Amino acid sequence: MKKIKNREDLERVRKRIVKKSDPNKPCITISSGTCCRAYGCQKVTKAFITEIEKLGIRDKVEVKTTGCLGFCERGPIVVIYPKGIYYQRVTIEDVSEIVTETILNGKIIDRLLYIDPVSGKKFVNGEEISFYKKQMRVLLKNNWLIDPNKIEDYIINCGYTALSNALFKMTPEQIIDTIKRSGLRGRGGAGFPTGVKWENCRRANGDLKFIVCNADEGDPGAYMDRCILEGNPHSIIEGMIIGAYAIGSHEGYIYVRHEYPLAVKNLKIALNQAREYGLLGNNILNSGFDFNIKISIGGGVFVCGESTALITSIEGKIGEPRAKYIHTVEKGLWNKPTNLNNVETWANIPIIINKGSKWFSAIGTEKSKGTKIFSLVGKINNSGLVEVPMGITLKEIVYEIGGGVLNGKKFKAIQTGGPSGGCIPEKLLGLPVDFEKLKEAGSMMGSGGMIVIDEETCVVDLAKYFLNFILDESCGKCIPCREGTGRLSEIVERITSGKAKIEDLELLEELSHVVKDFSLCGLGQTAPNPVLSTINYFRDEWETHIKNKTCPALVCKELIQYYVDNEKCTGCGVCKNLCPQKAILGELKNPHSIVQDRCISCGICHENCKYNAIILSSPRGKN
Amino acid sequence: MELEKIDKIIEKYSSDSSSLTSILSEIQAEYSFLPQDALKRVAEKLEIPMTQLFGVVNFYKIFKLEPSGKHIIRVCLGTACHVKGAHGILEEFERKLKIRVGETTKDLAFTLEKVNCLGCCSLGPVAMVNDDYYGQMNTVKVNSLLKRLSSSGKY
Repeated sequence: MKKIKNREDLERVRKRIVKKSDPNKPCITISSGTCCRAYGCQKVTKAFITEIEKLGIRDKVEVKTTGCLGFCERGPIVVIYPKGIYYQRVTIEDVSEIVTETILNGKIIDRLLYIDPVSGKKFVNGEEISFYKKQMRVLLKNNWLIDPNKIEDYIINCGYTALSNALFKMTPEQIIDTIKRSGLRGRGGAGFPTGVKWENCRRANGDLKFIVCNADEGDPGAYMDRCILEGNPHSIIEGMIIGAYAIGSHEGYIYVRHEYPLAVKNLKIALNQAREYGLLGNNILNSGFDFNIKISIGGGVFVCGESTALITSIEGKIGEPRAKYIHTVEKGLWNKPTNLNNVETWANIPIIINKGSKWFSAIGTEKSKGTKIFSLVGKINNSGLVEVPMGITLKEIVYEIGGGVLNGKKFKAIQTGGPSGGCIPEKLLGLPVDFEKLKEAGSMMGSGGMIVIDEETCVVDLAKYFLNFILDESCGKCIPCREGTGRLSEIVERITSGKAKIEDLELLEELSHVVKDFSLCGLGQTAPNPVLSTINYFRDEWETHIKNKTCPALVCKELIQYYVDNEKCTGCGVCKNLCPQKAILGELKNPHSIVQDRCISCGICHENCKYNAIILSSPRGKN
Repeated sequence: MELEKIDKIIEKYSSDSSSLTSILSEIQAEYSFLPQDALKRVAEKLEIPMTQLFGVVNFYKIFKLEPSGKHIIRVCLGTACHVKGAHGILEEFERKLKIRVGETTKDLAFTLEKVNCLGCCSLGPVAMVNDDYYGQMNTVKVNSLLKRLSSSGKY
């Protein structure tokens, strides 16, 4: 690999790559993100290569692994170019047929196409599927085309053009101005204007400044950043170099969580390739500008996603947050001015430089611009990653893109913002996705997790889940968070076990406000949100738990009871064998029964009964 | 303890404290935990007090002071997995392995851990064994997985 010497040389290299590639050559792309790996995409890739070699057509057909295509529910996804034929849930058994029929004979294999469950319509082209059609894929577009381990793939798709333009055609002030005018706000959750942050950091005193990319995507239920890190790492790197040039920094860090091994691997490869090409390191493209990036691996601690804690963690210390009256743009990493942005924010930078601030600010609402990636998961038909313009309504996301609730159940709420967010009920589904609007509804944008819950999810249990999560993750530095979340959790535990009094609800709300108002960092300040938002919208359900000591969604273990429907039970004995408590009695071929005193409500009998003979109920006064 | 091995790992990184977690991760990848002698060596080489080093090791969840099992099972308890019954999966592992989460079986065959989110939320509930992911878990799959992994047939 030869170093790219200057701006003109980059264009020459790009032309050379374009010349070498034949757009009409059949290309089999296999989505190979973490989800697809779980589905066995690596075996599928291997099978394609073997098959093509066996037929002696290795030179005529290209096999490429790409990042995540977003429709994780349907993985592994294989797209055949140049026609763009979209095959879903491909297994190694399908490989030989795809090569013979589709590649050699040009025929489409019907059974591998996506069929819309509502209309029954089949789709050859992925773009046409309702899941993708309503999306606006700006950041995720290249995930379809790029092999993340080949910098050439990024370069051919306009990669590093923005960097070249920024370095040679723009002054740092012009870049900052462009970002400011674009209206881009931090995608990590709080939504601080990116351009303003950059300007503050540029103005901060000191020669040594740092750039940090927050890739510690700890929000449970959110994985947008993982998808960019794995599928298009160069977009983040390019964004960071532009940011560094604008701010006047020569050293950067990417803090990535260790739970994402593939992201770390792809990132390392991308950094090395960028260095070898001369796009990172000293004297980038002969511009005289130096910038380097190091990777720092997280230690599995949620609070380290908070900017000040993350910075302390990079320093090799205990990752505790500090009060933010001194901003990190003034005193951050090693007390030097530090500009920290999230993965998705950095990935937006090259796009804004290439397309201009006007183009970007035309997308979205008055105060929230551009697109946002959400991980649409939980009880939803089309689960996966969706990139939508800001301002789209939650209803459009859930029903038009997501295809509605799983198994035809009733929609209950959508949880956004992770442990810092809240549940938005059905009556507010018309709400546009916007930083301010979500906050007004008692939730927040957060990093972009959207967990759909249905009638079988208990909101009290969900609030308990988030509280216990925070309790586990609280670093313990400040008392309101450390002790407060513990006491909140105890109260909720009383409620879910039928031991609470109605006054407990009031106490819960009061204490929630104390934790919110007095905690040191964002973790504690937002920790009570799941409790408060569910009490606000689902007060009935909380009160039913307390007054009737029942769980309407049949989730809270201490309030539910399993019993056998004698008419349906065939006496097959499966449940009796599986019951870990030996709580099921009965003779073979005769209806069984459950000894309630022994039952721990694990639900194994219910899960494994073929005859639906195990009934779940929440009788009043079980406790 | 082969201190040369530890020295080689330390040498790969810069000698300031920012390399600490990376160095510790690599040592752990080698030994499956952080042996005390290795920690002493790191403290010495990076010139940081042992107390500070222990603070860091205890704070970050990835670090272990005791050997892990051959198979490290990590059950995802992310929100999407939670609403699809991840706790039931974790409990089934606990019952079958006869250990609590965070513990290792006596024969060092399995370590059971929980993890906040593995980031494959569409596949929930998800479990990970060493480097392999297993999606759409249920109690039956827990048992077949353990049977397949357990060479002694004990689990």
